Amino acid sequence: MKFTEEHEWLRVEDGDVVVVGITEHAAEQLGDVVFVELPEVGTTVTKDEEVVVIESVKAASDILAPIDGEVVEVNEALVDEPGKVNDDPEGESWFFKVKVEDLSVMDDYMDEAAYKAFIG
Amino acid sequence: MRDARCAPRTLTEAGRTGPGAPHGGYMAETDGTDRKDDLEQYAVREDVCACGVAHGPGEHHHHHPAAAEDDGGPLRTPLYDLHVELGAKMVEFAGYEMPVSYPLGVMKEHQHTRAKAGLFDVSHMGQVVLRSRRADAAQALERLVPVDVAGLAENRQRYGFFTNNAGGIEDDLMIANRGDHLFLVVNAACKEADVARLRAGLEPDVVVKSLDSRALLALQGAAAEDVLAGLNVAVREMRFMDVATLELAGAECWVSRSGYTGEDGFEISVPEAAAETLARALLAHPDVEAIGLGARDSLRLEAGLCLYGHDIDSESSPVEAGLTWAIQKVRRPGGARAGGYPGADHIAWQMAEGVAWKRVGLRPEGRAPMREGVEIFAQATGGDPVGRVTSGGFGPTVGAPVAMGYVSAASAAPGTVLYGEVRGKRLPVAVAALPFVPAGFKR
Repeated sequence: MKFTEEHEWLRVEDGDVVVVGITEHAAEQLGDVVFVELPEVGTTVTKDEEVVVIESVKAASDILAPIDGEVVEVNEALVDEPGKVNDDPEGESWFFKVKVEDLSVMDDYMDEAAYKAFIG
Repeated sequence: MRDARCAPRTLTEAGRTGPGAPHGGYMAETDGTDRKDDLEQYAVREDVCACGVAHGPGEHHHHHPAAAEDDGGPLRTPLYDLHVELGAKMVEFAGYEMPVSYPLGVMKEHQHTRAKAGLFDVSHMGQVVLRSRRADAAQALERLVPVDVAGLAENRQRYGFFTNNAGGIEDDLMIANRGDHLFLVVNAACKEADVARLRAGLEPDVVVKSLDSRALLALQGAAAEDVLAGLNVAVREMRFMDVATLELAGAECWVSRSGYTGEDGFEISVPEAAAETLARALLAHPDVEAIGLGARDSLRLEAGLCLYGHDIDSESSPVEAGLTWAIQKVRRPGGARAGGYPGADHIAWQMAEGVAWKRVGLRPEGRAPMREGVEIFAQATGGDPVGRVTSGGFGPTVGAPVAMGYVSAASAAPGTVLYGEVRGKRLPVAVAALPFVPAGFKR
């Protein structure tokens, strides 16, 4: 698992598919999530593009695409039950999966120890 | 993701600067962004005063709030150490370091308050005593508020607001008749301006004293009476908007049966030295949780109660805001003490002729919250805005997004379907009767 400075986690699955979610730390800081808007499957995304809208009781935030690729699956369960994001942010409550051409960008992201140091 | 880690910082900034200026006539400004990333909604009944600048009480009026930091930073209430001990997230709000939430979280804090009882520290709010000297304080205060103060019975309280010459609202407040004096509670961000207004308008006929050595706690929720009765059984005799002087946990407290959550409950003015003892005594009850400003905001929103600086301000009138119920008959045209307050002619004219814009409840039909600043349209495409959201978010008791805002009179009937523009998309929103959650007051 890799981590971004935007508090996303990325996990490679099936060779060229990257699963994206938000970290426990992010979920805790956000507070209770009440709304999630996901991209459509088939959308091509580029790094740093806003792909998900997430709203908590406190505020609206975006999730940025951490990598270039095509959205191949989204976690529809979060739309019906946004509170799941708080229950299991680093497991069941992933947001979307992106099929990527070039996985090398993963090397730019932090490992768990580096992320823990980053959030202090 | 963007903003998650920044949330506390964003909160701090929102608390310090607020929106920067009153929202003005709701159509007057176009919010360039259609997403509210900041957390203005954490403001609780107060945010900016009529001067347009959120400022702490330690500063002069019209001082920029940043100056507070030069003077040693934000103020703390007598319960600051207790908040920290309880694990609160602290934010700067109206010049004070205040708890925005505790480890329970906004959603559960909100639900706990309605189901059982929540304890709020509202010590940042202003407490003011008015005493008659050459003139009767109640009659004198009627020069500044369109409220029947002279007719307010002893040991009773009522809601009111200061108006300006244009009929706008300078602040909203509670007025209690405590026998030989009036006791006012005003919004934190406005308290200096309010005291200045009272001094200018009432002295030397009336003695105006701003109290800075009393804390203010609110105990709200269905179990509030049972909890407080454990400290003094006399609270059971109080009805909604009664006030009394009662001993609680060894201290002489000024208690009112009121609050700002839509629930039954009490507001308790307590000498600051006794505040922590009282708060701990209340928190010791298994039904009581400490509740932060975040839940206070969602509770008052569901209750349809206005947040000063957002839902009402110096450019919105009581008639537009739907607050004419707070102007008693005796102060309306034809009444024995009609008018005589700032903007009375304008407000009387609006009561007779109607207004172009009205504050309404708004229920987004989808799941997306519509927050402050969202523009409202009559059609799904095209046309000019017919309104704007002034407070909005998720209503934990309603289980769906709720909002309030101003819309044109033609669009203000409950049930009217309008469209709020969120992130560039027009989403259906229905005009709804307020409150969203029925009040639990003990009348």
